[in-house]
Amino acid sequence: MNKEQTIEELKSIVKPYIANQEAFDTLTEETDFINDLKINSANLVDVILDIEEKYNIVIDNESMERMINVKAAMEIIDAKLSEKE
Amino acid sequence: MQKRVVITGLGVVAPNGVGLNAFTHAIKNGISGIKKDPELERLQFSCQISGKPEVSTELALQYFTELELRNFNSTGILYGVIAGIDAWKDAGLAMEINEDPDWDSGTIFGTGTSGIDKFRESIYKIDDFQTRRLGSTAVAQTMNSGVSAYLGGKLGLGNQVTTNSSACTTGTESILMAYERIQSGQAKRILAGSTSDSGPYIWGGFDAMRVCTFKHNDSPAQGSRPMSVSASGFVPGSGAGAVVLEDLETALARGAKIYAEVLGGNVNSGGQRGLGTMTAPNPVAVQKCIKNAIENAGIHANEIDAINGHLTATSKDSLEIQNWSEALGRKGIDFPYINSLKSMVGHCLSGAGSIESVASILQLHKGFVFPNINCEDLHPEITTLIDDSRIPRKVIETKLNIIAKASFGFGDVNGCVIFKKFKS
Repeated sequence: MNKEQTIEELKSIVKPYIANQEAFDTLTEETDFINDLKINSANLVDVILDIEEKYNIVIDNESMERMINVKAAMEIIDAKLSEKE
Repeated sequence: MQKRVVITGLGVVAPNGVGLNAFTHAIKNGISGIKKDPELERLQFSCQISGKPEVSTELALQYFTELELRNFNSTGILYGVIAGIDAWKDAGLAMEINEDPDWDSGTIFGTGTSGIDKFRESIYKIDDFQTRRLGSTAVAQTMNSGVSAYLGGKLGLGNQVTTNSSACTTGTESILMAYERIQSGQAKRILAGSTSDSGPYIWGGFDAMRVCTFKHNDSPAQGSRPMSVSASGFVPGSGAGAVVLEDLETALARGAKIYAEVLGGNVNSGGQRGLGTMTAPNPVAVQKCIKNAIENAGIHANEIDAINGHLTATSKDSLEIQNWSEALGRKGIDFPYINSLKSMVGHCLSGAGSIESVASILQLHKGFVFPNINCEDLHPEITTLIDDSRIPRKVIETKLNIIAKASFGFGDVNGCVIFKKFKS
């Protein structure tokens, strides 16, 4: 999985939900969804549903709890994709 | 001391007009908003016509963000938010976002159900073991207070934010609840209104009761016929109305336009006793509601210039006229003007009281009585009680001073509010 490409894909997924444009523009692996991007915590489930749809994976509740930043999201996507193979 | 309460803003999303200008034009000219409904036809309803407001995505985007409209499927909230924000802006109130809520302003915005299409969508997902895929807004869209919650957030309201529900009386009741809260000094301003979802899942139950007309599937504009001898049931409708009620002193201090004063009113129930049932009104309670409203407003029955009735186009219209006549002690040529908005928009159910109140207040403010359509053939039981000149079939331009507006609903519940042209 190409890291840069995944970051770009994640950016387009979270874009409708963000409330801090500056943090979005300078998004890195360390960017936190709630503290940096100011995504409404209720909307996190929508982000996760959008990720599931994009990659055709299922993210279980335990993984969902860990998915607080870009890095964790990428790791989980990676893991779920490799489970599929 | 009790505060005087005035109306400073109006908003409406009706089947025959979205926005005050379109709606005023439609009601003055007797324009029907009833159309053939392909969805009701496909589902083999007996009644295949309806009154639905036309709201484009473009218009919706002026009131909701793109994100809010993602997976949004609640027509009632859509109509209610548009009418509510329009009323707020019409009152000259700001939409700016402040750190603190506006502690003096609240909303009482009623509905019968919320987001019934979203609810259906959710039920299908749940039964398909897809609960986790409902998304984050299924609750906000389907909770009954969804409409007041959306409005409260958009306007930053810090006073009471709630949703009332009393079937077809809902909208009249919300105005009276707001009136009482301001009168007692607990709020300076309340956005009062009500809304109703559109569609087969709202209207199906009425179709099953055979209370909707099935005789006008090919002549929709003639379908809603209050007070007519050929009335054959109501036409289902939907939409929302909203009014800003304000403490008189606050309104004057900010130089607000004042449409009318709310003099008072009454809500009661017939208790489903006597002739009253779940679906039929107890006439004793209806008359008591009207009489108590007049007393509460501190006026005499002879001062009422016009009545905006409930008048749905079922067999109960004659009984309603009789109740008004007996409660007011007025008949024949002495009876006030009376009209029914339902002839043009159908029965907008929980939205009806608010949409019809907006129409009533516009009549007072602009000095006209809107026409009743589809009642060339007045019911003889009605014309034996009141003179047919009291039921305008063409718009009458005249100065009005006091209008009584009443709504009656399932559960044997009644509401009557008295509006007066404002004089300082």
